[in-house]
Amino acid sequence: MHSWGFQVDALDVARWQFGVTTVYHFLFVPLTIGLSVLVAILQTMWHRTGNPRYLKLTKFYGKLFLINFAMGVVTGIVQEFQFGMNWSDYSRFVGDIFGAPLAIEALVAFFLESTFIGLWIFGWDRLPKRLHLAAIWAAAIGTNLSAYFILAANSFMQNPVGYRINPATGRAELTDFFAVLTNKVALITFPHTLSGAFLVAGSLIVAVGLWHLIRNRGSADTDAYRFASKFGSWVVLISSAMVLLTGDIQGKIMTEVQPMKMAAAEGLYTTESPASFSVLTVGSLDGSREVFALKIPYLLSFLGTGDPHGTVQGINDLQAKYAAQYGAGSYTPIIPVTYWSFRFMIALGLAAAAIALLVLWTQRKGRTPRSRWLLRAGLVMPLLPLLANSFGWIFTEMGRQPWIVFGEMLTRNGVSRSVSLTEVLTSFTAFTLIYATLAVVEFKLLVRYAKAGVPDVTPQPVADDTDDAERPLAFAY
Amino acid sequence: MELTTVWFLLVAVLFTGYFILEGFDFGVGMLLPVLGRDDRERRVLINTIGPVWDGNEVWLITAGGAMFAAFPEWYATLFSGFYLPLLLILLALIARGVAFEYRHKRPEASWKRRWDRAIFFGSLLPAILWGVAFANILRGVPLSADHEYVGGLLDLLNPYALLGGVTTLGLFLTHGAVFLALKTTGDIRERAGALAVKLGAGTAVVAVAFLAWTLSIRSSAAAVVLAVGAALALLGALAAARVRREGWAFTGTAVAIGLAVATLFAALFPNVLPSTLDAAGTLTASNAASTPYTLKIMTWVAVVFTPIVLAYQGWTYWVFRKRIGVANIPQH
Repeated sequence: MHSWGFQVDALDVARWQFGVTTVYHFLFVPLTIGLSVLVAILQTMWHRTGNPRYLKLTKFYGKLFLINFAMGVVTGIVQEFQFGMNWSDYSRFVGDIFGAPLAIEALVAFFLESTFIGLWIFGWDRLPKRLHLAAIWAAAIGTNLSAYFILAANSFMQNPVGYRINPATGRAELTDFFAVLTNKVALITFPHTLSGAFLVAGSLIVAVGLWHLIRNRGSADTDAYRFASKFGSWVVLISSAMVLLTGDIQGKIMTEVQPMKMAAAEGLYTTESPASFSVLTVGSLDGSREVFALKIPYLLSFLGTGDPHGTVQGINDLQAKYAAQYGAGSYTPIIPVTYWSFRFMIALGLAAAAIALLVLWTQRKGRTPRSRWLLRAGLVMPLLPLLANSFGWIFTEMGRQPWIVFGEMLTRNGVSRSVSLTEVLTSFTAFTLIYATLAVVEFKLLVRYAKAGVPDVTPQPVADDTDDAERPLAFAY
Repeated sequence: MELTTVWFLLVAVLFTGYFILEGFDFGVGMLLPVLGRDDRERRVLINTIGPVWDGNEVWLITAGGAMFAAFPEWYATLFSGFYLPLLLILLALIARGVAFEYRHKRPEASWKRRWDRAIFFGSLLPAILWGVAFANILRGVPLSADHEYVGGLLDLLNPYALLGGVTTLGLFLTHGAVFLALKTTGDIRERAGALAVKLGAGTAVVAVAFLAWTLSIRSSAAAVVLAVGAALALLGALAAARVRREGWAFTGTAVAIGLAVATLFAALFPNVLPSTLDAAGTLTASNAASTPYTLKIMTWVAVVFTPIVLAYQGWTYWVFRKRIGVANIPQH
């Protein structure tokens, strides 16, 4: 049936579901990655100095971390199942390569993370202090390690390496696992993603600390909040520097292995040497030429190739080249999506760094910030890098389209053939509804516990006749 | 032994481990409204599995990952074919996992009641649906010659598969009750112990019927031995539960679940998903497998890391070995 109006098929819904569930999952992941390490650092500081303010901050941010952690875990299971459920032909095509990092991620990283988180939550006052500290570090290492394996899997989709296509089955087969793990896209995406995650976690620490610092003036815990807002700001500044540095290298690799994605990021229609960086470009409605553009000369050439006079290929030339190479069809991503998501990613990340600078400036030489504007800026601060992370993923995944595995398999060929439109619509609706509900619940809980402030950590008096077995459990569910 | 056989065994071991471990925490979740008469009692029940449920669930993620890596065709056909049951399992696991973490985060009774419901249904649905799914794997499903599932939802809801669902439901309930008797003190312990006996007796009847039906569909010498072992272990668990030997009873239900799952895999081998239509559609451990190179790498990873994982997960159970009771739960 030829469409005369709005029409969806199972492929569209499967793509929307992947987009929604993955972006949603990655709202929780950056906080888990970043906060696990930052809470471990705070606990280490307490362990080293014995200063109760670090213990208070550990427990306080630890609680926010756990509220967020639960969501990351449960939405993660969906991700693993989804490949088989909605993308079974993709799973068949890449299973020989793609399954291995997923299995290793579970065996090596998720067990470590989940087991030691359990030990950490329930181990307060029960485990020896050193062991309890080791538990949060083990969980943090597990979390960060898991990112590596899943990014190696994703990098294969961006830049397939270490494989061959079996002519008999038409499937991709692993020939060099080390090459998959050391894919140059993976090696640079890993630090880029981690620094992006620390940007979010640092911002959350600033936001909550600053709120208490300004709103609860004269609180007994002022020095804890002051420390938190500065500590978080430094995390934000260092990680934003790392994000820029790794992003720059990533841009050069992208120009080399996925030139179309770079051209789509820039809305660069014709090949240029030297190429200028677009600050703002408005394209014609059919997206094939520019109407208006504000540009910085030489910058794109420099970002993409390291040489101000380097050649950057344009969308129209690449499209012609791919059509000749892979057969007729469109090989161009949706330009407004890639162009704007790329810009939002950069702008939002930089905005968070700017607020962090402001937070540090207003506290120079022991001053206490008072500005209501700063308070407001601090409150929106965690949302900025969080959205930057989302836009980064939207950019990198949408910029790969129409490919699911670049140069090897089109997204439309990866979808499950046996799954009906009704089934995938049911699933998409169910996930969207439960995720939306949980988002509200989680956000309200985070706000509630953030407002409650750091806990009292003076040891509870225990009556002498209380049997050890009858002590109330700390941090119990 | 061929690597495909090794990986068939490993996938079987991972699912067996998953059902033994998450089996009891599903059981605890389902018994929450039965054995937890007030909020403090319910908190006792939840805290018996608090430190371990997440680690238990990673067995499923690892089993799924191992299936994807070692048998991509099996993973792809099974997950796209069993679409709606898996969707329900996912929704249940989401609700339940969040519920454990969130139920105590606000004091209102209505808040807790809502999460208690999430824990109950989030445990009940997978406890039934996993049995339905695995019974269907053993029985076989309609597959086309190119290994696509061509049945509908109703094909999955046949009497044998439904009995499979009742069997896992009964086994996990009994396993959970026995676990609670082992891990709690006082009144809850008594009630859990008494309930375990009643649940165990009913489950033994259902499980024996299901295993016999299984062997009549497909069988092997190993499967018969394992099925008999499963039945004996369950009867042993029941006997131990009657005399309140809680450690032995728990060992018994754990072994019974392990051997029952092993029976299914032993009867299935060398198939991994038989076709009830076109025989060419049947997936086997060889035609669904990854290349020997991938399997070799995965084998090395498994050989190195599995013992480490078992060691620290086992150690966690040792750390939290003490019984808990109402006295351990803070007033607020």
